[in-house]
Amino acid sequence: MKQTTGRTLGIKIGGVEAQAREGDTILDVARALGLFIPTLCTFKGLSAAGACRLCMVEVRGVPRLLPACATAVADGMDVTIDSPKVVAYRRQVIELLLAERNHICAACVANGNCELQEMALKLGVTHTRYPYRYPVFKVDASHARYGFDANRCILCTRCVRVCEEVEGARTWNVMGRGIRSTVATDLQEPWGRSTTCTACSKCIHVCPTGALFEKGRAVGEMQKRENVLPYLSSMRSSGR
Amino acid sequence: MAKHIIIDPVTRIEGHSKITIFLNDQGKVENAQFHVTQFRGFEKFVEGRPFQEMPSLTARTCGICPVSHLMAASKACDDIMAVRIPATAAKLRRVLNLAQMVQSHALSFFHLSSPDFLLGMDSDPVARNILGVAAKFPELAQDGIWLRKFGQQVIERMTGKRVHPAWVVPGGVSKPLSAEVRDQILADVPKALTIARRTLEWFKPAIKKFEEEISTFANFPSLFLGLVTPDGSLEHYDGFMRIVDSNRKIIADKLESSAYAHHIGEAVEPFSYLKSPFFKPLGYPGGMYRVGPLARLNVCDRCGTPLADRELAEFRKLQEGAVLSSFHYHYARLIEIVYGIERLSELLGSSDILSTQVRAVANPNKSEGVGVSEAPRGTLIHHYRIDPDGLVTWANLIIATGHNNLAMNRGITQAAKHFVTGKKIAEGALNRVEAVIRCYDPCLSCSTHALGQMPLQVQLRDVEGTVLDEQLRE
Ligand code: SF4
Ligand code: SF4
Ligand code: FES
Repeated sequence: MKQTTGRTLGIKIGGVEAQAREGDTILDVARALGLFIPTLCTFKGLSAAGACRLCMVEVRGVPRLLPACATAVADGMDVTIDSPKVVAYRRQVIELLLAERNHICAACVANGNCELQEMALKLGVTHTRYPYRYPVFKVDASHARYGFDANRCILCTRCVRVCEEVEGARTWNVMGRGIRSTVATDLQEPWGRSTTCTACSKCIHVCPTGALFEKGRAVGEMQKRENVLPYLSSMRSSGR
Repeated sequence: MAKHIIIDPVTRIEGHSKITIFLNDQGKVENAQFHVTQFRGFEKFVEGRPFQEMPSLTARTCGICPVSHLMAASKACDDIMAVRIPATAAKLRRVLNLAQMVQSHALSFFHLSSPDFLLGMDSDPVARNILGVAAKFPELAQDGIWLRKFGQQVIERMTGKRVHPAWVVPGGVSKPLSAEVRDQILADVPKALTIARRTLEWFKPAIKKFEEEISTFANFPSLFLGLVTPDGSLEHYDGFMRIVDSNRKIIADKLESSAYAHHIGEAVEPFSYLKSPFFKPLGYPGGMYRVGPLARLNVCDRCGTPLADRELAEFRKLQEGAVLSSFHYHYARLIEIVYGIERLSELLGSSDILSTQVRAVANPNKSEGVGVSEAPRGTLIHHYRIDPDGLVTWANLIIATGHNNLAMNRGITQAAKHFVTGKKIAEGALNRVEAVIRCYDPCLSCSTHALGQMPLQVQLRDVEGTVLDEQLRE
């Protein structure tokens, strides 16, 4: 968890001179100033994962791009949040996410309530330059109430983090490498046979896409309730 | 969120069509085949998906009759859940299905086929389209456009979307109807009826000019298959399957949709990806049957609405027994438009139509489900099996164009024999062979293309198989 010492730092972000507390991330500062940096894997109240690479920004003097959600500010930092380079990069990230799995929005439970879809729209991604890979992932519908469709998963690991950090169940984990990597329940047992899952539904509601859903939902009906964690997120963001 | 981006690899599934006309050793037409190539295996595609997705997934396969797939798919899902959906939900689905039929028939009749009737089968193909009609017969073109829009608007108003509405869901519909929408639709009904009747009044005498086409456009005895209500009236959403022969004698009645496989066999021919269904007791290919507007009017005892019943009585006078020429699909379509408007306004007038109880909720309670409804083009059958978790393990879809496959082949053979002579396919002959296909209004991408043109390849081959002539329509 993030530690703030309270020491005040001066930085420049998106052309604005700003003050930040030591331990804040670039994303924290940007959000406090009302500056938009697109994100997908970050979730208020959960640790930073730096998984989606959507929040990449340029820091003067650093040759590579840095994830705003997982980079702490340093005194005198000069951050560019919307150079043509990062804008192009972010679009490419969305395109790759869409091409990587099977995103058939019109048949998806999350259609209209999906952060990936919304982000694509916001960043003006209307098609992908990359061929769809059409991987074959089996849907896990063994749980009595929930389903997991890896075909819609963007590996943001929100489910993994909420399950471990908030619910304390540690049912979800990441397994496999590269294009075959996926999140899995327990030791890749069918979810319905998991001995750790408490059926709390937190993973369902933090999942940004249609990958985790309540069974019985028809297309476009999976409304995520992101405020399922109000108590915990306020506790965590206050740093206690 | 107001706008959605649709990322949609399913649009890969589409059909392409090709006709081959074979000559015999005397150089006369011997046979013609309608091939559907590149028809992607939809059944494979849905394996492993949660069954609740089936309505939307199957609707995606077809850009022209998505609502029909929503109907059959939702009914198959209702069957899997083993629920009886609330009465209001069934009525709302019916209204939607009828609206879809009205708009689809209007498209087929006015946009795709009226150029043949108004400008002539032999007229210049460049102007033989709805724009050509609009230039010469502006009122009729406007009528067609208005009527199609009427149907589309009903769909849009009820579901909030014109294409691919997700409003029809397993167990019913997702939202009740508002009084406002009901009133908007009802306000348009009188004009819609006026247009439909006016078109019939024009068309009925006009068909006299097409005696040659009527007698050669798939005019042969066959069986007809369609849904009827328990009391034998015209039906598009539910009911039983009935089969009549060319004398309109009922040879099978009250067939439960779940038992379709007992009655219908599906043959596979090497020349087409489209399977050829047939009525099992009569074998293959003797059990050839037709579905669609013409078949529905042939199988039913009555329409069940006043204006349509009057038209049906006149239609029956065309011929003793069943009306056999596929040319009369057009006529049947117009009668069904009248019926559709009458019936949907009747349904919208019922006292419980605004009820908020429109959805039954259940887990899957059966491992198998069948849904049958009438698409504009004919009987549509969806059949799924699921695993204990509710994931689809197997699916079978019989679409209207499939049912009509054998009859289409017979039909183009008949037309080709009559109109194709020599080693070249003349423009008028080509158009007539295509027009036979248009009678059936097949639901391939070829019939979606606006302006009455379909991407179609027509080949003329001699007895050795050498291509003598080839025409390509984009
Ligand atoms: S998860 Fe989102 S982007 Fe993917 S198919 Fe579903 S709605 Fe579309
Ligand atoms: S299942 Fe959802 S929350 Fe979990 S990693 Fe995939 S997209 Fe993220
Ligand atoms: S939001 Fe920073 S990497 Fe995902």
